[in-house]
Amino acid sequence: MSDAATMTAPVVRVSGVDKVFGTASGAVRALEGIDLAIDQTEFVSLIGPSGCGKSTLLRLIADLTAPSAGSIEVNGKPARRARLDRDYGMVFQAPVLMEWRDIARNIELPLELMGFKKAERARRSSELLKLVELEGFGGRHPWQLSGGMQQRVAIARALAFDPKLLLMDEPFGALDEMTRERMNLELMGIWTRTRTTVVFVTHSIPEAVFLSTKVVVMSARPGRVTQVIDIDLPQPRTVETREQERYFELVTEVREALRRRDDAGVPDVDRIRAEGIA
Amino acid sequence: MTLAAIRRRSASWLPPVVVFVAVLVLWEQLFLALDVKTFLIPRPSIIWAALGEQWTTLQRGLLYTGTEAILGLAAGVTLGTLAGLATARWATIRETLVPLGTGMSTIPIIAFAPIMINWFGFESQLPRITVVALMTFFPVMVNTIRGLTQVDPAAIELMDSYAASPFEVLRKVRIPNALPYWFTALRIAVTLSVIGAVVGEFFGGPLYSLGIYVTNQTGSFKYPNAWAAIVMACVLGIGLYLMAALVERIALPWRRSEGASGES
Amino acid sequence: MAVAARSLPQRRLALPGRRVRIALTWLAIVVLLALVWEGAKWFFGDPWRIHATFLGLPIDIEHTPPMPSRIARDLSLPHIWDVAGAFAEPAQRNGAPLGAILAGQAWFTFREALIGFAVGGLLGLLLGIGFVHSRLAERAFVPYVVASQTVPILAISPLIVVATKAGWVSVAIISAYLTFFPVTIAALRGLRAADPRAFELMRSYAAGKLAVLWKLRLPTSVPYLFSSLRVAAAASVIGALIGELPSGIPDGLGASLLNYNQYYTSGPERLWATIIACSILGLAFVGLVRLAETLLTRNRYRSATGA
Repeated sequence: MSDAATMTAPVVRVSGVDKVFGTASGAVRALEGIDLAIDQTEFVSLIGPSGCGKSTLLRLIADLTAPSAGSIEVNGKPARRARLDRDYGMVFQAPVLMEWRDIARNIELPLELMGFKKAERARRSSELLKLVELEGFGGRHPWQLSGGMQQRVAIARALAFDPKLLLMDEPFGALDEMTRERMNLELMGIWTRTRTTVVFVTHSIPEAVFLSTKVVVMSARPGRVTQVIDIDLPQPRTVETREQERYFELVTEVREALRRRDDAGVPDVDRIRAEGIA
Repeated sequence: MTLAAIRRRSASWLPPVVVFVAVLVLWEQLFLALDVKTFLIPRPSIIWAALGEQWTTLQRGLLYTGTEAILGLAAGVTLGTLAGLATARWATIRETLVPLGTGMSTIPIIAFAPIMINWFGFESQLPRITVVALMTFFPVMVNTIRGLTQVDPAAIELMDSYAASPFEVLRKVRIPNALPYWFTALRIAVTLSVIGAVVGEFFGGPLYSLGIYVTNQTGSFKYPNAWAAIVMACVLGIGLYLMAALVERIALPWRRSEGASGES
Repeated sequence: MAVAARSLPQRRLALPGRRVRIALTWLAIVVLLALVWEGAKWFFGDPWRIHATFLGLPIDIEHTPPMPSRIARDLSLPHIWDVAGAFAEPAQRNGAPLGAILAGQAWFTFREALIGFAVGGLLGLLLGIGFVHSRLAERAFVPYVVASQTVPILAISPLIVVATKAGWVSVAIISAYLTFFPVTIAALRGLRAADPRAFELMRSYAAGKLAVLWKLRLPTSVPYLFSSLRVAAAASVIGALIGELPSGIPDGLGASLLNYNQYYTSGPERLWATIIACSILGLAFVGLVRLAETLLTRNRYRSATGA
């Protein structure tokens, strides 16, 4: 299995994954028949209505939960191995900063766990603070920062050890529209500089279109991949990107893909599966 | 320090200080003016005089009772913390110990004081120390367990995403998370420790111990002396509490509000 | 993973299973305690010998503890069955059984604690309401509310007893003193706990302070108050017991503690029985508050989770 890991192999490969949750009122099928491949340096957004399992899918890739069926490979290894090897950085919906650590030490947390020397950690964290434009905030404590700044710290922390893959679970979901747009621009800047592969969960259509090279549209109950839309907007994405004709077309396309599922009852599963494989 | 900062700081301690001085002055002047018989509640100046007169005895008493409180506190807090650390990992044990601990706090442990005195003899400080240790053990254990387990699940998930070992999770997340809970328990334990030591002495102890001294002086109508001993007990209680609060401030620099009373 | 798989059947059993498990746990604790107790007697206690005939067979069992100690002697640590038996035996010659006497004393202490609980609880709530409405009062007095508990005011109890001419009043005062603190702190928290938007809603109705208190602050503080009342109930019993110690009144469990403490050398099991009675009183009072909480807030919680 792992000998498939060559330069051209996808960073993430999800094949035939089902996820069933047991609850008090019975089993809930959160995900059904998910097939997905994400190549290097891609920025892939997972979008869909709430309950479509997009966050669950991300957590499956992160091996924070295990699939009920199917297999997930990250960097050509089983997801569990990838987690143990620290192959990815993750950003959650909340910043999840440790209130007892200052900002620099929050960023250094994964480096501490990986046994980096103190001087190296300090060098990395000051670099990253610069990357997320928070220079001079290293000695502050989390409560002294705004929500947007905290989320940037979380991104810096996820990038601390130069992971090949960045997993982001609605990282800007709690921010207001203006801050979110600015954060999107900044994330684009970071992505252009680092060229890290990103899997990004969102429920915002403009955000997904603006950021991604590929948008994976999902439907709910059970969670399925209904369509994969290539976003052929030119790089680098800037403020002007949001004003281009093509941007609006793509936003409409994603919106229609999301709506189509609502009208169409049960979709043609086979066709969608075929499309789902990128 | 800016003027605003000074004003903000003084705003927190100024009103209570004003109240303290005002109460003392009012107490003194009113009792003097109205010629209240200094029988039961003597004027502050009379208590102050008694404090000076009885200083040698009171000092011994403070030392004696204080030793009981501090040793009992040290034992109870140490054992409670260790018990919490040792058991928090296992849900079954935890779910047994937490209700037991809260149950024990409804039991008047002070009632065991006479038994302890019968066991160890009332010349010994051991009975009171044991009672204080028992009284402080349970709140510390319960809060340690709570602090170690009531962790933001997202923080655990983050550590999982780093493939952190359980020990690393304990050291980097659970223990720092437990510190505010632990300090809340410490404050509770400090108050309990002085109460336990003084009340434990009601059942027997040397004549100069604060609990016995108050009872005896009241019995022989020497109220200023009794009040002087009460002042000593207050000094002990407030002193220990302030020390705990100070250590908490130093140990938890990231806590923002000065008045944060922690989680209960 | 394994956790997810296991949580399925467990959760279905949750409601009845939890109760049973808690009951079993407590039973296990009691059994364990009894084993430790009697184990200590076995190793450190007095030697004993049973010399009897049973169904015509002579029985002769002898036991010599390996490490006898003063603490575990029958006169210091009676056998469990002796303590249990003490409840049924008369406390004095030709008197009522100790159990009945202790029940009477417990009832007396309970009434004192109840008065202290009511007075202290009300005082605590009123203080909390006052502090919530006046920032200055809060600043000036809350440190003293905290300090009042760091002060072993119980040292004052002999004086209070003299001041109130030695009676249940003094006991209730001391009980109230220990009771008001947790309620004040919880009220401070609970009365401010409502959603800020709810306060704005009230303001949009031009509601007065009293209306805000009555319709918003008090209802939101109910859960906070009840959890503090449980602490307060335990504290009120402790306060009543401690208040009784120097009061000199012949009634109440505190008096029994002092009384049987004096006769400890001749009958330690009576002191142990009294301690057990104190514990039962404490647990029972807290249990009553819990019961009241369940009955009074049943609809609130059900509607909160059901909707």
